[in-house]
Amino acid sequence: MTPKISFRNVRKTFEIAGNAAFTALEGLNLDIEDGEFITVVGPSGCGKSTAMNIAAGLTAPSSGQVLVDDVSVTGPGPERGVIFQQYALFPWLTVRENVEFGLTISGKSKAERRRIADHFIDLVGLTDFANSLPKTLSGGMKQRCAIARAYAVNPKILLMDEPFGALDALTRVQLQDQLLAMWSKERRTVMFITHDVDEAVYLASRVVVMAARPGRLHKVVDVDLPYPRTEEMRLSSEFSELRNEVWRAVYHPAAAA
Amino acid sequence: MAVVETEHAPEATRQAPLLSGPLGMLAINIVAVVIGVILWGLVTSYGVVGLPTPMAVVTQAVIQAESGLLWSDALASLARVFTGFALGIIVAIPVGFLMGWYRIARAIIEPYVQFFRTIPPLAIIPLAIVTMGIDEMPKIFVIFLASFLSSVVATYQGVISVDRTLLNAARVLGANDFTIFRRVIVPASLPYIMVGVRIGLGASWSTVVAAELIAAQSGLGFRMQQAQLYYDLPTIFVSLISIGILGLIMDRIVMAIDSVLTAWQEKL
Repeated sequence: MTPKISFRNVRKTFEIAGNAAFTALEGLNLDIEDGEFITVVGPSGCGKSTAMNIAAGLTAPSSGQVLVDDVSVTGPGPERGVIFQQYALFPWLTVRENVEFGLTISGKSKAERRRIADHFIDLVGLTDFANSLPKTLSGGMKQRCAIARAYAVNPKILLMDEPFGALDALTRVQLQDQLLAMWSKERRTVMFITHDVDEAVYLASRVVVMAARPGRLHKVVDVDLPYPRTEEMRLSSEFSELRNEVWRAVYHPAAAA
Repeated sequence: MAVVETEHAPEATRQAPLLSGPLGMLAINIVAVVIGVILWGLVTSYGVVGLPTPMAVVTQAVIQAESGLLWSDALASLARVFTGFALGIIVAIPVGFLMGWYRIARAIIEPYVQFFRTIPPLAIIPLAIVTMGIDEMPKIFVIFLASFLSSVVATYQGVISVDRTLLNAARVLGANDFTIFRRVIVPASLPYIMVGVRIGLGASWSTVVAAELIAAQSGLGFRMQQAQLYYDLPTIFVSLISIGILGLIMDRIVMAIDSVLTAWQEKL
């Protein structure tokens, strides 16, 4: 079976004024299977967001390529939904209008847009706020709206760039569970960027650990815990072993290697 | 008169909890204006300064209003402002978008905008009169210039300040350049455009009055210039106050439109 997303020797360098080029990403090779939920964790400067932006088609690689269904990525496309850390909701549109944004572009009829939007708004629990403007929502609600908006255009892949990074710990845990519940209902291939080791282990079937200077893949940790994930699992010894393994790989890349 | 003043003050302090509300603020506004007019009346009626009393100005205003002169003057000034201002905005918004969206357009237009921005629009009047004659054209042109220059910069700023994440969000949802322009750039830069509109209207209004002082046969500025020849201070006051009130009303209308159009903004 061909992988859903395939990073093939992806390299990205940035020019720094008056200085040599900075290598954000060095020869990344990674295959993500269809329907898989992987998390990418690593210190800042490890190129995890760069990798995601290249897969999203928002940044061009300096060399190498990303294949989605064996087709090289050349730009953004609605089959790859992106969820940003800063929510990126259109503040002049209501929750429903935000969720309908992508559906309007794909030329769906008004009734069809309404039906799909309401379905996903319901799924993220924002039905009571469908007609509210983003400024009236909390951070967690904004991100739920952004998730509904990404899901609405029916992408095969969800690329999430530290989506819960700006939220408080409690909201973060709630959204992790909601995201997993949604993922098991509406299965998509997910690439989830985070700097939180607990989050990385709790969500993923595989954790990709990256290292910095130059940004590169360091280690892949398989998470053998079954889905659905539960609070008890979070407290289990298997979980803490996995978490320790990822933690060591993130914070002591040389020692772990 | 001094009694009236002291009567207001304790009343205002008694209502202290109410004062922070909008009605309380309005009450303080009114009291402040009333006190100002009373002071004006005091210094003029006792001859401290050689200015007309409030009564003399009101009498002159009533005479002008009854003869229709006040209305025709105000109308003449307003017509010039709206023509020049509307033309300025209509041209400035597309040019501002062009400058924000295309680097080439910015490189071509920006030197001109920055250069003419440093010249007060009034300094163009002699040139405008020589080249366009003494009828409405030169005045409207100068007002056009004043509103265009302030709005074009604001629009351009708005376009280049659009949050890149919003552009990316639209792009990954499948939006092409035209959709991004229409559904992201335009609404996102609206608050900036409204700031430009407000500054542009203020600039237009001050320019029209000055332009009428220099060259006009009607308008509030022209009326003041005529009154100056006859040492007619009440008329000058009537014109000045009319200019102030009309300017204030126009500014408030723009603010009201702005608060409706940009109600979605997260205000701190």
